[in-house]
Amino acid sequence: MKRGNLARAIRAFPWSGKLGLALVLFWITIALVGRLIAPYPSGAFVSYEVFAGASGKFWFGSDFLGRDVLSRLLVGAQFTVGLSAVAVTIAVALGTGFALTAAVGPRWLDELLSRAMDTLISIPSKIFALVLVAAFGSSILLLTLIVSITYVPGNFRIARSLAVGLARLDYVEVARARGEGRPYIALVEILPNMIRPLFADIGLRFVFIVLLLSGLSFLGLGLQPPDADLGSLVRENVNGLGEGALAILVPALAIASLTVGVNLLIDAATQGKVQ
Amino acid sequence: MNPAPHVEVRNLIVTVPGPDGAPLRIVDDVSFEVARGEVLALIGESGSGKTTIALALMGYGRGGAAISGRIRVGDATLDGGGASLAAQRGRQISYVAQSAAAAFNPARRVIDQVIEPALIHRTASSGDARASAVELFRALGLPSPETIGSRYPHELSGGQLQRLMAAMALITRPDLVIFDEPTTALDVTTQVSVLQAFRRVVRQQGATGVYVSHDLAVVAQMADQILVLNRGRVREHNRTGKLLAAPADDYTQLLIAAAHPHVKAQAAVPAKPEPLLEIAGLHAGYGPIDREGRPTLPVLSDVSLTIMRGAAVGVIGESGSGKSTVARVVAGLLAPVTGTVSLAGEPLAPTVSGRTREQLRRVQIVFQNADVALNPAHSVGDILGRVLRFYHDLRGADAQRRVAELLDLIRLPAAVAERRCDELSGGQKQRVNLARALAANPDLILCDEVTSALDTVVRGAILDLLADLRRDLGVAYMFISHDIATVKALCDEIVVLYKGTTVQSGRRESYDTPPLHPYTDLLIRSVPELRPGWLADETVQAAAPFAHMPESTHLCRLLPRCPLAISGRCDAIAPPLRKTSAGHMLLCHRTEAELIG
Repeated sequence: MKRGNLARAIRAFPWSGKLGLALVLFWITIALVGRLIAPYPSGAFVSYEVFAGASGKFWFGSDFLGRDVLSRLLVGAQFTVGLSAVAVTIAVALGTGFALTAAVGPRWLDELLSRAMDTLISIPSKIFALVLVAAFGSSILLLTLIVSITYVPGNFRIARSLAVGLARLDYVEVARARGEGRPYIALVEILPNMIRPLFADIGLRFVFIVLLLSGLSFLGLGLQPPDADLGSLVRENVNGLGEGALAILVPALAIASLTVGVNLLIDAATQGKVQ
Repeated sequence: MNPAPHVEVRNLIVTVPGPDGAPLRIVDDVSFEVARGEVLALIGESGSGKTTIALALMGYGRGGAAISGRIRVGDATLDGGGASLAAQRGRQISYVAQSAAAAFNPARRVIDQVIEPALIHRTASSGDARASAVELFRALGLPSPETIGSRYPHELSGGQLQRLMAAMALITRPDLVIFDEPTTALDVTTQVSVLQAFRRVVRQQGATGVYVSHDLAVVAQMADQILVLNRGRVREHNRTGKLLAAPADDYTQLLIAAAHPHVKAQAAVPAKPEPLLEIAGLHAGYGPIDREGRPTLPVLSDVSLTIMRGAAVGVIGESGSGKSTVARVVAGLLAPVTGTVSLAGEPLAPTVSGRTREQLRRVQIVFQNADVALNPAHSVGDILGRVLRFYHDLRGADAQRRVAELLDLIRLPAAVAERRCDELSGGQKQRVNLARALAANPDLILCDEVTSALDTVVRGAILDLLADLRRDLGVAYMFISHDIATVKALCDEIVVLYKGTTVQSGRRESYDTPPLHPYTDLLIRSVPELRPGWLADETVQAAAPFAHMPESTHLCRLLPRCPLAISGRCDAIAPPLRKTSAGHMLLCHRTEAELIG
């Protein structure tokens, strides 16, 4: 029955939502199987020509070192999609978790959490990343953590304002009068009513994370060679910009289609619930 | 005499797009006319289309509604022959909405908002408009009319804002004023003076009125003719006096019957009356507590009351009287500053966290507004099922069976369990709200204004249900309301609160005859009666001799409003608590004999 509802909901999407769903499914598939279907190893120098155009051998041409752009893209998508998805999950879980704790907990805890988040939000994300990478060296785990922590406070602020508003409603008072514990009130009474705006926030944060990862890679703080996410692909081929090389256009388009797809999908999904 | 009526509506049909795309008629073939200077009332329950018709008179359809038929107001018509209705809005046709508090911009002074229509329509210069606004303030009985305009909306009371909104509507001297439930959100005592002010000013200006309301008694005071609506159709249309004296339509008869709630079921008297809930010397309030042990915002001072097992005790008062705070303290949502609450002899901990689950189960609270009291994310079955699991550890098929029983008890079909609350009507939601309390098998239900947000007919049904449940289940009620008629219909004992102190308490019958506390008297006399001319009789309200005195917590709180205050006593010492020969308690300096006379 739940599955039937989902199918019906998808059918009711506007065309933009269907496009978004298609793009998201496409990128999830690429992330899962990209490494398997890549025609060459991502770090291998396979062409003697740099910034070559499309050809039967290299569909998207070659990059600044003569590596196959398609293979690097297929592998890079895995890092971008996977890292962003994990990071956004951690960021939203922590942010919303703290927000609910603040909303149902005692006042001092709310103050403590809110001020801690204010402190965190005041640190510029790129500087924060720079310091941590300088201290610990770049690794995928560290990168995920940096990116997650950067986006916790933003989600916390939005989720807290939602939760505090909901916590004052009569149905929460009734639950409190019944003697329900704080976890029940937070998870069963409050959380389900903030899902819709929360999803909109997740979409936004996913895009921010993709962009921050790309930005960090661009600065050389992200994934280290020969691994590369979509952002690194853009950065390392920046010299090809003048000649309009596919090596820079294709990853840039990939980032754009992923972020646009996620947001179209979330817009359609949250609008569907309103009706 | 002008033969053409001022307002003429012929075969008005308003449609909105339905859920399946097909047009849905919300107003169906309505025709009426209003002579210049007369007042027509549109009356019906929510969803009857009364506001839609009122808005159509301004050529406005809410949410994509399509208006067809003929509407003429003066020279203006719907299709724009002569002048269009929309162009007359705010100038020849003006509108007074239900919630004045929400209709004013909180960031601007009220005078600037009141004169805005005159400036927009260029009917007067800014100076002239200000002068006529002050005239209107005076005519509407607002305090200090010269300076009240320079205040901001949050500095004024609901009744004052409603009058200011009427001033805003009248500033352009419109021919037609539409009042859309203008007094529904007000206390009864405020309602009377607002109604009087409206009627006086509309007559002075010679404007035609359309008055939208669900309250027949209010309408009887305001209107020359009444149009009874139900589901977008006209059920009856007649002159006010005739319609009230001899209602022809059965729906009108239903409305008239519901205007005075009578509860049919009689409660069984318990074998030996034993006290269930005892509240003694309760002081409570909000905000931090100062050195003298008083909260920043004290709400209740020294409230005591007892509810016997299976009894129904009514708590009445206007907004700010602290009646909801009593329920919150009993439910453990607010810790009292001093005083005790005990249930069947056991003292209860000040807040929920200190009480046992069994104690919590025995006292349940039901809030006024079922729209926010039921979680929109859960189904009715989930809401009831949670209470069953929480208190009785019922799960699975047992719980389902009990949910069906509960729904049967509140007279809803068992299939409702699958539905989400936002799919139910207002009355159905209030029943589910009640069923959630019943699911706990409580001894006491705290009903906080549970019928106030409902239409009269639905209210009657809920009151009947409450009375039946009490008879069948032996549950006791603390029934909180601002409406003395509702309380009298259901409760055997009534407590009157004024600004957090009990001014009168006793059996229901003792409220029918003097002696009454001056405030109780004011409350009872403020309830509109179902006869034209009541409002005119009610104008004799003796002036309060101490109206200039600030309110003091050490004296009688009613002093600034009391017409019977005695110089040298009421303004000097706190009033004593008297027990009358009829057995009820009064907090007043006046003796029983004085209050009767």
